[in-house]
Amino acid sequence: MISNQAPQGPVPAAVRADSGGAPPPGLALGARIRSMNVSVLREVALLPVLVLLIVVGTVVSPAFFTVSNFAGIGQQSSALGVVVVGESLILLIGGMDLSLESTFGLAPMVAAWLIVPVAAYGSGTDLSPYLGILILLAVGAAVGLVNGLLIVRGRLNGFIVTLGMTIVLAGLQNGVVKAQSLFNLPYPFGYLGAASIGQLPVSLIVAVVIFILTGLFLRYHRVGRAIYAVGGNPAAARAAGIKVERIKIGVYVAGSMLAAIGGLMEAGRVSAVTGQQGYGEGIIFSVFAAAVIGGVSLKGGRGNMVGAASGVILLGIVGDILDLANVSNYWIEAIDGAVILFALFLARVVGGESTAEER
Amino acid sequence: MTSSAVSARAGALVEVTGVEKRFGTTRALRGVDLSLEAGQCLGLVGRNGAGKSTLVSILSGLSAPDAGTVRFGGAPAPRVGDIGRWREWIAAVFQHSMIVPYLSVAENVFLGARSPLVSWRAMRRRTRDILGEWGLDIAPETLCRELSVEQMQVVEIARALTRGARCVLLDEPTAALERQASQRLFDRVRQLTAAGVAVLYISHHLEEVFEICQDVAVLRDGDLVLAAPTASLGKDDLVAAMVGGVRTAGPAPGPRADSAPGGLAPAEPVPRETVLAVDGLTSGSPRGRLSGVSLRVQAGEVVGVTGLLGAGVATIGRVIAGAEPRSGGEVLLRGRPVPSGRRAAAQRAGIGYIPEDRRAEGFVAHLGVAENTTMTITRELSGRLGVLAPRRRAAAAAPITARLSLVSSGPAQPVAELSGGNQQKVTVARTLAHRPSLIVAITPTRGVDVASKELLLSSLAGVAAASGAGVLLCSDELSDLEICDRVIVLVRGEVFTEFSRPPFDRDALILATEGLQGTAVASRGDDPPHPPMPARPGPITATATVPDPAAPAKSSPGQDDK
Repeated sequence: MISNQAPQGPVPAAVRADSGGAPPPGLALGARIRSMNVSVLREVALLPVLVLLIVVGTVVSPAFFTVSNFAGIGQQSSALGVVVVGESLILLIGGMDLSLESTFGLAPMVAAWLIVPVAAYGSGTDLSPYLGILILLAVGAAVGLVNGLLIVRGRLNGFIVTLGMTIVLAGLQNGVVKAQSLFNLPYPFGYLGAASIGQLPVSLIVAVVIFILTGLFLRYHRVGRAIYAVGGNPAAARAAGIKVERIKIGVYVAGSMLAAIGGLMEAGRVSAVTGQQGYGEGIIFSVFAAAVIGGVSLKGGRGNMVGAASGVILLGIVGDILDLANVSNYWIEAIDGAVILFALFLARVVGGESTAEER
Repeated sequence: MTSSAVSARAGALVEVTGVEKRFGTTRALRGVDLSLEAGQCLGLVGRNGAGKSTLVSILSGLSAPDAGTVRFGGAPAPRVGDIGRWREWIAAVFQHSMIVPYLSVAENVFLGARSPLVSWRAMRRRTRDILGEWGLDIAPETLCRELSVEQMQVVEIARALTRGARCVLLDEPTAALERQASQRLFDRVRQLTAAGVAVLYISHHLEEVFEICQDVAVLRDGDLVLAAPTASLGKDDLVAAMVGGVRTAGPAPGPRADSAPGGLAPAEPVPRETVLAVDGLTSGSPRGRLSGVSLRVQAGEVVGVTGLLGAGVATIGRVIAGAEPRSGGEVLLRGRPVPSGRRAAAQRAGIGYIPEDRRAEGFVAHLGVAENTTMTITRELSGRLGVLAPRRRAAAAAPITARLSLVSSGPAQPVAELSGGNQQKVTVARTLAHRPSLIVAITPTRGVDVASKELLLSSLAGVAAASGAGVLLCSDELSDLEICDRVIVLVRGEVFTEFSRPPFDRDALILATEGLQGTAVASRGDDPPHPPMPARPGPITATATVPDPAAPAKSSPGQDDK
């Protein structure tokens, strides 16, 4: 073997590794910390903010620091959380999907329409609720597949495709039931969103399990790693023999199915499917905010489930505090939005994730 | 630190004294002194990671030194980050173009100009004047994406000069240029220095430094180890200064025996297995079309493909590797057909691929060294459920990265933090990892320093010898071809000729790439197993017709060994 080493002397080997590529100032320390442990810093980035919020909440209302309140936050956030998992996956491959919010409404709407009686504005087919859940997943998968094919195979812009899809799906959601709300959901259909085991809402348990499984999948599974490679540099991933298109389409399908599951949770929680669910409520902003606050990069390839989960928790606590503080309904959105912007800023400062990327 | 012939002269245009830069505990620059005078062309050489890029970023005002000063014309340099003022003194033309493709030439020349109002007419007029001076006849309204690499470079130089820069920093300017374009660049550099502009010329190609630089400075591990007039030095002196005392290989580029350990030379002409058989390959790729190319690669054989830019050298590599589709023809790997344009399928069939542009295709920048290295073998490394332990990745990557002497702080270090040469090694490691039966390498040594170049080439040749893999080396760098057993020259997408017996005559190769059948092309056809190509009457350049890709292969398909 020919030696590639210049004389070593007292020089640490990393000199040569580090000095190439005109590293921007400030990279040095960050690089060292990151190479010690790639994710620790970013994963705990939101911790101080969460602690601060909990302190604020405790001061604002005695009802805040109670088990029932936290269970409530958990139940309210779990539907959002599951959608955030889906969106994070799509962001990781370098895509984006605005239509998740419509899938969140349409999938449970179609399923419920097929299972509830005519008196509750159902279709009259009175299908089994278990079949309904399968249909819900199928609707999610179908939407994701169409999105994925249009974006990946059709080479259309993901933003526009999913924006158009958002409106189409929301229109279907209203059209199917002529803007009525479906109620009288059968127990098995509502179970996921409504039931509790002791003080613990089932939806929270399921959401936590989904977060953990997805996180492990991303970190330790071949396909999970391929997702990072595809998002980080699709051309390099392709050159390394990764089936980029298949992974992208698969992720769009998975993301939409997760949105459908989130919709099922939400329907169970409010014991109805309204025409407003999803698109009408405009949840997509919260979905993106949670993911980005949690450090999932909009450029793809960066982010993890610990971050995404802390983003969801942060939004849940903020909403809860605003409720408990009896903030006037007229102002609640302005404050909510401002807090989210502040949290984004804080996450950027504390996490130190460079938006400058490689250059 | 280092006394030098070119430092600390009075009245220097650019003067760097005692500049130090640290990244964490590593010292990228350790007290560098350097000065440039008006009209001087100073070559700056050093291996990947020697500190050149750091020095460039300090000189161009993008980062501040930890210690030391930069002075322009005797006065302290502007504040770091005040790029506008900085550019009035010094401007850099980087390896990677800083041209906005969807703006016109005139807009790009005046990009970042300080006047608040835009006079389109004046802008166009001045652009036309400046480009005329440089012998470039392009309309100022042309969109830059229509320009060639050479033309873009001139636009960048023009931009530097319109800002009044008195020093131009050229970072690997010939990396993407053809030979003739490089010659024209040298003329332009001479024109610049004659006009009193100082030029700092950074290159891995030492012969270029000798050709146009009056002085040369060598960086090694952040130290300026040598600074002297080029006339007083030989190439070996420079290489020795770059590499330091420890050096096991001969002077670069080493003779063939050096770069091919393990007895690569075809000592036993036993009929070897044909690894790759390509017949009548056609492609309309914008990188250079192919019109009916046929070739064979035997097991353990290194076959070079060379030609001018646009002759189809990169295209043939990409098409065979499945990175882009072909429009016709057949690719057989060990007798089995390889589908068109499906990289994953080609890889599974056993074709490894070292892409042309490592930044674009070679690695995922923010993922670690080990993960990038093993990206091609995740299926083999993962368990039954697809679970892939980071520890297994690191263990699988270690022997390969060690073999290539890849320098990193650990398997988890993001590839983005490595120097260019080490990044290229990651790309090569990734390919070697899946033990391909054919390696397609496209300009694998671009932007890599002399010693790493040898190492990369010898490891490719070594893999071929040890594992019986064939190597298809597509490169327009003639020095890469020294490890080849045969060299096929493409001219406008067709096989023009073949050199079948090393060592290859450099001048004959150059002539052949130009489509000229020089008398020196003697090695062609003297090898019975390779029947001669039908000689083309007269110089091809005269008949400047672009071949119809649909036309039947003019090149003889009979260059098969059987």
